[in-house]
Amino acid sequence: MTEARPIRVLVAKPGLDGHDRGARVVASALRDAGMEVIYGGLWLSPEEIVTIAEQEDVDVIGLSSMNNAHMTVFPRTLELLRERGLGDVLLTGGGIMTAEDMEALGRMGVGRLFGPGSDMDAFVEYIRRWCETRARGTEGRGTCPTA
Amino acid sequence: MQRLLAGEARAAGRVISLIEDRRPERFAVLGALAGRVGRAERLGVTGPPGAGKSTLINAMTRALRAAGRTVGVVAVDPTSPYTGGALLGDRVRMGESGLDAGVFIRSMATRGALGGLARAAEEACDVLDAYGRDVVVIETVGVGQSEVDVARAADCTLVVLSPESGDQVQAMKAGLMEAADVFVVNKADREGADRMVAQVEEMLHLRARRGAWEPPVLRSVALKGEGVEAILEAVARHRRSEEERGGLAARRRGRLLARLRAAVEEIHREAIWADPGSALALEGAADRVASGGADLYGAAAGLFRSWLRRAAGLGGPPRGE
Ligand SMILES: Nc1nc2c(ncn2[C@@H]2O[C@H](COP(=O)(O)OP(=O)(O)OP(=O)(O)O)[C@@H](O)[C@H]2O)c(=O)[nH]1
Ligand SMILES: [Mg+2]
Repeated sequence: MTEARPIRVLVAKPGLDGHDRGARVVASALRDAGMEVIYGGLWLSPEEIVTIAEQEDVDVIGLSSMNNAHMTVFPRTLELLRERGLGDVLLTGGGIMTAEDMEALGRMGVGRLFGPGSDMDAFVEYIRRWCETRARGTEGRGTCPTA
Repeated sequence: MQRLLAGEARAAGRVISLIEDRRPERFAVLGALAGRVGRAERLGVTGPPGAGKSTLINAMTRALRAAGRTVGVVAVDPTSPYTGGALLGDRVRMGESGLDAGVFIRSMATRGALGGLARAAEEACDVLDAYGRDVVVIETVGVGQSEVDVARAADCTLVVLSPESGDQVQAMKAGLMEAADVFVVNKADREGADRMVAQVEEMLHLRARRGAWEPPVLRSVALKGEGVEAILEAVARHRRSEEERGGLAARRRGRLLARLRAAVEEIHREAIWADPGSALALEGAADRVASGGADLYGAAAGLFRSWLRRAAGLGGPPRGE
């Protein structure tokens, strides 16, 4: 009788720049797609992002980076995720960045990244697919690693 | 589990997922944690949307941390009945604790399970209790009965209002008012706070006293941390008063009975439907009821009896593990 667990996503906007309209729009779209969205807000550091991911046991982290910090924020977050045993969490997101940067981040292990004006449906669909594929590949989420 | 007890946040996060997903493994995990549960002080924080509950928890957390106590928070927000999704935004207001390992915040969605929410949230509190948190706070929006029940599962329940809550207080279900051990009129920096305080006090006077404890009506400006010391003092006073009158023991006993009853029901429900024979029998029974060959309740009782027989044949009732 265990129902399917909704996909849990942390949406946050790291870095120092101003508003979070974009991140809120993304959060609402994911919620409307049936996901549980933990809204982390603005100005989070990679350390804070990974701490939240740990406590909330999310499947996916979506970061919106608009201030050219992506080449530091994404790799650092990824590094911390791996260090702290959260290597199975999808790190994705978007922002203003060149195709080369996206590719470079992809090679490091970051998921697909979406430029400004990307189709929200494509983002939702990408997350859904990724989680489906993983669910088939592994035992599934919420399985206690230590019990 | 050792990792949870050793204070690994990752392990605590995972165990809470087991619970909120209602996975069968949770029985074994919760059973193993049981010896470590019962030390934490539990606070419920409820009230109308936007009253400032999360901001107040942030301010209380700051004060508790300054006093050297560790804090766990379970913040519950509603699941959309249409999409099954939820926007869990409470921790944005609690971001101050950022990297402090002494603060663990978990957001939970109601997931539509009536009553199930109360159990899952309470069990999540058990996990944070076993994880060693000194104080565990549950935040729920005080709109429905099950949300109020969640807050009620605490040792002390704070009902947070704001000057804008006038209409809500008028329309407020008795349940929310009855659940309160301490009232907080937050946003006292805004016009109308005095009126709100007076309104609540009047309501308290109209109501029959239910015991020695008179819920105080306090003011706060959560954004600035004002009034928080007085709130924590009231919580401590409430605790002493409960201890003196044996109220705390009675509360915990009542909670224990309710939880045992719920666990018995839950274990059986899951065991019944985990048996493939039950699903089969269900279809057959539905056919009989639909064709007028049986009445619904008779068929249900028959299904239950046939499951009992199958379970007995399997060597005794299921243990739910
Ligand atoms: N003026 C004023 N605003 C406050 C105060 N406390 C909180 N707020 C603001 O009120 C709004 C709602 O605060 P929250 O803490 O999110 O309220 P909540 O009750 O947790 O809201 P929900 O969880 O959505 O029901 C935020 O914009 C806060 O900044 C206060 O003491 N004074
Ligand atoms: Mg809140």
